[in-house]
Amino acid sequence: MRSIHTDEIIKNIKEMCIEANYTLASDVEEKIRGAAQKEDSKIGKQILAQLSENLDIAKNDLIPICQDTGMAIIFIKLGQEIHIEGVNLEEAVNEGIRQGYEEGYLRKSVVSDPLIRNNTKDNTPGIIHYEIVPGSQMEITVAPKGFGSENMSRIYMLKPSDGEEGVKRAILETVRLAGPNACPPIVVGVGIGGSFEKCAVLAKKALTRDLDKRSELKHIQELEEVILKEINELGIGPGGLGGRTTALGVNIETYPTHIAGLPVAINICCHVNRHVKRVL
Amino acid sequence: MDRYINAPLKEEIVKELKAGDYVYITGVIYSARDAAHKRMYEALEQGKEIPFDINNNIIYYLGPTPEREGQVIGSAGPTTSSRMDKYTPSLLDLGLKGMIGKGKRSQDVINSVIKNKAVYFAAVGGAGALLSKKIKSSKVIAYDDLGTEAIRELYVEDFPVIVVIDSKGNNLYEIVMQSS
Ligand code: SF4
Repeated sequence: MRSIHTDEIIKNIKEMCIEANYTLASDVEEKIRGAAQKEDSKIGKQILAQLSENLDIAKNDLIPICQDTGMAIIFIKLGQEIHIEGVNLEEAVNEGIRQGYEEGYLRKSVVSDPLIRNNTKDNTPGIIHYEIVPGSQMEITVAPKGFGSENMSRIYMLKPSDGEEGVKRAILETVRLAGPNACPPIVVGVGIGGSFEKCAVLAKKALTRDLDKRSELKHIQELEEVILKEINELGIGPGGLGGRTTALGVNIETYPTHIAGLPVAINICCHVNRHVKRVL
Repeated sequence: MDRYINAPLKEEIVKELKAGDYVYITGVIYSARDAAHKRMYEALEQGKEIPFDINNNIIYYLGPTPEREGQVIGSAGPTTSSRMDKYTPSLLDLGLKGMIGKGKRSQDVINSVIKNKAVYFAAVGGAGALLSKKIKSSKVIAYDDLGTEAIRELYVEDFPVIVVIDSKGNNLYEIVMQSS
């Protein structure tokens, strides 16, 4: 039995909240910088150049990449042989978020009640997804999520007969409706299968996968590629002002589902696709 | 076309701006987003005044990150404009001349932009670090208790935006989707 103290968890989550908001993962950054060369639209090129410059300024002048520093989404894969010492885990995660958002000069964007809407002033609580796995390691992913793009995400409860075509149609419709609102170029996370809530969590998880890593399932890999191509033919472009760079990537995750259903969740993320992973 | 203009706006200038123009704004603009709009709207409904003279001014839909010592403002990019749609026509009727945000607007807002000869600009979403460099001073002037959502008076220099909806109602988002 291995022990991990919650002080270590707090410290890591704090650092990860800050890191995620000042530097993008290299795959996302390279895609943004590379897109400027491939874009034909004049406005599109100019916007992509501004996004590259924005990443430089964020890093060099210590200004968050975007003012919406997100709600902190945390994925925890906890090895079942780990014993956690200190405070309770949920408190530790939220303490890490609290310290990260304060010390990192990040915006506090969380309200305590969805209808009364008072700001909690420390960006807590985060949204935590736990998974218990074999082993004695703890993997933490911190993915601050902006809501301009979150608001454009959708779930479809399709019929099995809708099949692959139906899935494609749902994704393209969601991207078209999101248009300029989700700060394109976007990253599209898709969850297919499971149940109503399972596909949504899969879609969120898909957003944390490396953009250069395709699905291991051959038919899904093909679907990812075809849909990315079709999205980029929609003409929405950077900032929604026209061009071929509408999406930087499409990541799809799947799960077994019921004989009667074909749930599909499409989680849209902007180009500020933040995620930092650490293994303790 | 690239244009350099001053804020507050002048109607003659606004009328010349066309959807698709690149515009660099220098002058005083005001930041306000969801909660500040709701409060201004409620004040107007109760026959009260709003906290600044809106005539010929520009509102920037912004809630910045906190600034570090020595910085004027933190990350300062646009938020999604459509959440302000409900409140916008009353502000345009009061004299608001320009808005900076990102994303689509409702038909009611577009009609009100035409009626009031105003303009809707987009700034690049997700470029908050770059845009913060164009803001030279920032002061909270109202609704301090709203934190990031307070109303700020900002002095900007060559603040880069694109005309999306011009005073005739031409809409760049529609134009690019039709031509693709
Ligand atoms: S959608 Fe993304 S880039 Fe756009 S404002 Fe929100 S966090 Fe920033």
